[in-house]
Amino acid sequence: MSDRAWPDNPPCPPSSVAVCMTNCPTLIVTVGLPARGKTYISKKLTRYLNWIGVPTREFNVGQYRRECVKIYKSFEFFRPDNEEGLEIRRQCASAALNDVRQYLAEGGGQVAVFDATNTTRERRETIIEFAEQNGLKVFFVESVCEDPDVIQENIVQVKLGSPDYTNCNTEEAVEDFMKRIKCYENSYQTLDEVLDRELSYIKIMDVGQRYLVNRVLDHIQSRIVYYLMNIHITPRSIYLCRHGESELNVKGRIGGDSGLTARGKEFAKKLAHFIRAQGISRLKVWTSQMKRTIQTAEALSVPYEQWKVLNEIDAGVCEEMMYEEIQDHYPLEFALRDQDKYRYRYPKGESYEDLVQRLEPVIMELERQENVLVICHQAVMRCLLAYFLDKTAEELPYLKCPLHTVLKLTPVAYGCKVESIGLNVDAVNTHREKPEVRTTTR
Amino acid sequence: MTNCPTLIVTVGLPARGKTYISKKLTRYLNWIGVPTKEFNVGQYRRECVKIYKSFEFFSPDNEEGLKIRRHCAMAALNDVRQYLSVEGGQVAVFDATNTTRERRGAIVKFAEQNGFKVFFVESVCEDPDVIAQNIVQVKLGSPDYIHCDTQEAIEDFMKRIKCYESSYQPLDEVLDRDMPYIKIMDVGRRYLVNRVQDHIQSRIVYYLMNIHITPRSIYLSRHGESDLNIKGRIGGDSALSARGKEYGTCLRKYIQEQNIKDLKVWTSQMKRTIQTAECLGVPYEQWKSLNEIDAGVCEEMMYEEIQEHYPLEFALRDQDKYRYRYPKGESYEDLVQRLEPVIMELERQENVLVICHQAVMRCLLAYFLDKTAVELPYLKCPLHTVLKLTPLAYGCKVESIYLGVDAVNTHRERPENVSVQRSTEAALKTVPAHF
Repeated sequence: MSDRAWPDNPPCPPSSVAVCMTNCPTLIVTVGLPARGKTYISKKLTRYLNWIGVPTREFNVGQYRRECVKIYKSFEFFRPDNEEGLEIRRQCASAALNDVRQYLAEGGGQVAVFDATNTTRERRETIIEFAEQNGLKVFFVESVCEDPDVIQENIVQVKLGSPDYTNCNTEEAVEDFMKRIKCYENSYQTLDEVLDRELSYIKIMDVGQRYLVNRVLDHIQSRIVYYLMNIHITPRSIYLCRHGESELNVKGRIGGDSGLTARGKEFAKKLAHFIRAQGISRLKVWTSQMKRTIQTAEALSVPYEQWKVLNEIDAGVCEEMMYEEIQDHYPLEFALRDQDKYRYRYPKGESYEDLVQRLEPVIMELERQENVLVICHQAVMRCLLAYFLDKTAEELPYLKCPLHTVLKLTPVAYGCKVESIGLNVDAVNTHREKPEVRTTTR
Repeated sequence: MTNCPTLIVTVGLPARGKTYISKKLTRYLNWIGVPTKEFNVGQYRRECVKIYKSFEFFSPDNEEGLKIRRHCAMAALNDVRQYLSVEGGQVAVFDATNTTRERRGAIVKFAEQNGFKVFFVESVCEDPDVIAQNIVQVKLGSPDYIHCDTQEAIEDFMKRIKCYESSYQPLDEVLDRDMPYIKIMDVGRRYLVNRVQDHIQSRIVYYLMNIHITPRSIYLSRHGESDLNIKGRIGGDSALSARGKEYGTCLRKYIQEQNIKDLKVWTSQMKRTIQTAECLGVPYEQWKSLNEIDAGVCEEMMYEEIQEHYPLEFALRDQDKYRYRYPKGESYEDLVQRLEPVIMELERQENVLVICHQAVMRCLLAYFLDKTAVELPYLKCPLHTVLKLTPLAYGCKVESIYLGVDAVNTHRERPENVSVQRSTEAALKTVPAHF
């Protein structure tokens, strides 16, 4: 992206990733016994990288296997002496790698996450060779864990509901899965400090208690390591809501730094009741540095932290205007925004893409924390929500985040459960859908 | 960042980069706003034992030496307690070898008694070239070896290292599994990270994993003179003046002459830095976070106009230029926060030329030269001048290269009178000349 020379015209909005993350595509390869969180890590990492603007896709070999072998019978399929099983599994891995090559070479992908056990040095060698042939950098992510409680919890959370076990009861499923793990144990060759010292990898031990990081090669690997070292699996909930209705809201004006209306204050009180009723342990409360979120937090009578980066999107020259006025004064800009709401930057203001970049530290800290209530703004909340619910750049600017509604997000299995709680205080609607006609001559 | 203060404790044989890491980490933490101070036990020892005779002092059977060293460690810990509990410090870096489990146990106890969190940073390295380079860079010039020639100094220092080797107990995966620490191996080739407890430790780990010691230089420069510069107006997004374009050409010549290997060029997303980079004829990357400080309602005003329309704001800014935030704009403090990813990436990179803006350059310079929040907003960053920063020993060598193209002066010194009741004349006393 930095190879283009900009002429005297103003430069086009660049991608949100200001730094060239990587010159050649990266292949992330998971390593580990079943039920060690490889798929959880793969999906989460993929979601994070896409959100920060790095096109990433995961390739789960188990999925390929399920497509190939329509019905899963038992752990016997995974026995090391099951020649037919081994052949199928090898083919599935190859098919997945083929799709990886396609995605990275032609599909515009920058990172591919190859999610499989990859527990033997031989299998990993094959992958390294494949990467070399295709000009890819390889980074291994190994998860090692011997805590039976963690493994049990993993099985309950994500294996029981797997298509493999739709027709089994819990006991049968758990028993079969434990035997499945056993099939891999004998041939498991963990990444070794000496034998694998030339490889780039992170070894995650005991769900993040300890990490071994070897030969981080570039910026993207450094970011991946930082991210992986900040995530955890302790149960918790994240509460997202906007400030109470503001004076500018009722006037139909965007941006600004106005105070709460009477209804906004009522919302704040109801929010306080709601939070107390939830009985949340050690809740952290975050706001932006704008009056309306601070006033909302004040009503909770608990300590709260102000983050400047949680401030609403800067609408530049359109600050405090009504949409009608924007159409009046800047009809071209208004149309351009509707054409690409994610990348469009208000003159002297920001784009959603800019917002995501400035919200990244918030996401990182949210990952580290446990129970948090974030009182923010419409565009900001859309960006945060898009991260948790894996929404694309196209969907993000149109996510519905109405006033006076709390979204409770609870991580579950590989995703996030969302509960939408309206606190029954009326407010104006500030949501503007994508209009049908978006041409500049409309 | 953290509720209770943090005590960072270095661990490692001599010449493993502990002081380098301590000083760099301290500089970084202070820059991002976390009051941090380093306590180097070797310094305490030098104050106690005025003249260093030889490695014999460190011999494990030198009872007197051991007693003095224990005493110095205690004195340093006492000052740590003072700094963290009384003086408002948030992080203290206790820089010493701390190579025995016993010594580390004593420190952990000390921390527990005082309500500090402990985080160990161990540096392990057996590469003789790295160790030799370390000795040449920082030991030869040490007060300990002022009266020795190079040969003698190196010989003595190697024997000094030997004194520690037999009793060295590295942090152990099993025995120390409940301790929060990072073990840095072979100058960052490999890291072992254990039990990171909180946000600050996570940031410290991230920082330590991004720094390196490969020789390189960082070139800082502002954009060429702009049309708004000439008019004495701040902010905005104007193009280069004729002289500004000339600077671009001279910069190109300078860069070519320097013959820098694999130079990366970064600009902001404002016209004037991009136009400057265009003159170089090489690829460059644009960072929005390198954009100039947002002057909010004062954008594109002359200082005279700010005094006319916002005399109160103008005075408040002079009272605390670092923390003052323009209405609907930013403060230097905000700038530092948005520049942190730039600093992190500069640490990862090697040779880089950053073409940016006055306030931005002041923030970056303050990081490299360890300037305080008070000094930062008044650092001199004139137009048409390249600052070449080269890491050296524990700090940074600065070369200032003026490329010979005239430009207006945009540096406004802090006026004597910063009171909100001052006269217009007093307020505008230090405004630089403009058209």
